[in-house]
Amino acid sequence: MSSSTTKAAFWQGLRDGAPFLLVVVPFSVLFGVLATEAGLNLVQAMAFSIVVFGGAAQFTALQLMVDNVPTAIVVISSLAVNLRVAMYSASLTPYIGGAPVWQRALAAYFIVDQTYASSIAKYEAEPEMPVPQRIAYFFGVVVPICPAWYVFTVVGAVVGGQISPEYALDFALPITFLALIAPMLRTAAHVAAALVAIVASLVCATIPYNLGLIIAGTAGMMVGAQVELWSTKRTNGQ
Amino acid sequence: MIDTNTIWIVIVSLGLGSFALRFSFTGLVGNRRMPQWVLRHLRYTAVAILPALVAPLVVWPSATGGEADAPRTVAAVVTILAGLITRNVFVAIAAGVTTLYALLFLMH
Repeated sequence: MSSSTTKAAFWQGLRDGAPFLLVVVPFSVLFGVLATEAGLNLVQAMAFSIVVFGGAAQFTALQLMVDNVPTAIVVISSLAVNLRVAMYSASLTPYIGGAPVWQRALAAYFIVDQTYASSIAKYEAEPEMPVPQRIAYFFGVVVPICPAWYVFTVVGAVVGGQISPEYALDFALPITFLALIAPMLRTAAHVAAALVAIVASLVCATIPYNLGLIIAGTAGMMVGAQVELWSTKRTNGQ
Repeated sequence: MIDTNTIWIVIVSLGLGSFALRFSFTGLVGNRRMPQWVLRHLRYTAVAILPALVAPLVVWPSATGGEADAPRTVAAVVTILAGLITRNVFVAIAAGVTTLYALLFLMH
């Protein structure tokens, strides 16, 4: 594959990742603010964002530490909240499993909601994309998102204070994710998977440690797979 | 005040644990073939888990203290419809954001 198309994939990823700054900036500022309020110093707050690099898991760990929960429970609960990244990892594997191991290891560190959502949408829309271009696209998405996560954690820790609720930034995440998902609903199986997952996530919302999300996601995946089987059988006239 | 050692233990173990979760499949499975039924389930990971992540935030927005909120609900529906009709992520985002701000402006 020529290097120019790999470069093009990288730039495309960068452009597609940029809107997520609307989500990442307020979220990381908020983490910086809360970390400072919990008594973490600047280095600790920054190390948290760089080493862990997972929004919801970081907030969970912080809250549990403030509540004086035993350290082992803090770690286990926060990992449970982050369990979905293992599902993202599995979902990306058929597309980037062929890349060299160092690239897969580096990509693994950067698997978060936003990089996963952009990449899987691109890979599904363009199934012929060669592996090097897929990797280039993934890292293109990483570029606007990840440095912002580190930098704005520090900004939050230094500046402190609250973001004005008038801007309704809480809703940046739902809108960007729904906008990404809707074009991916191509078949009855996709729609069924999404609907079941939505209902299950609402029913399971009170289950602790975010496990309702894992249950809802798994239920949606099982329904999607089953509907796909039925549809193939019907088209084959069996 | 949280103990300094506790903070560092949590940061390091959480970092290692999160990397293990992320590397679990891309790293260890790599290019080996996965069974058909596994691949069939994985095709629906995105369209299942991302809506499940978002749905509670739409129905019970944190900004309103968990009260259902008309501008946010309508903005979510408009985003989905725009995405379904145009198949364009940016058009869907623009439609959702415009709807949200317009309704927040009109209703408050």
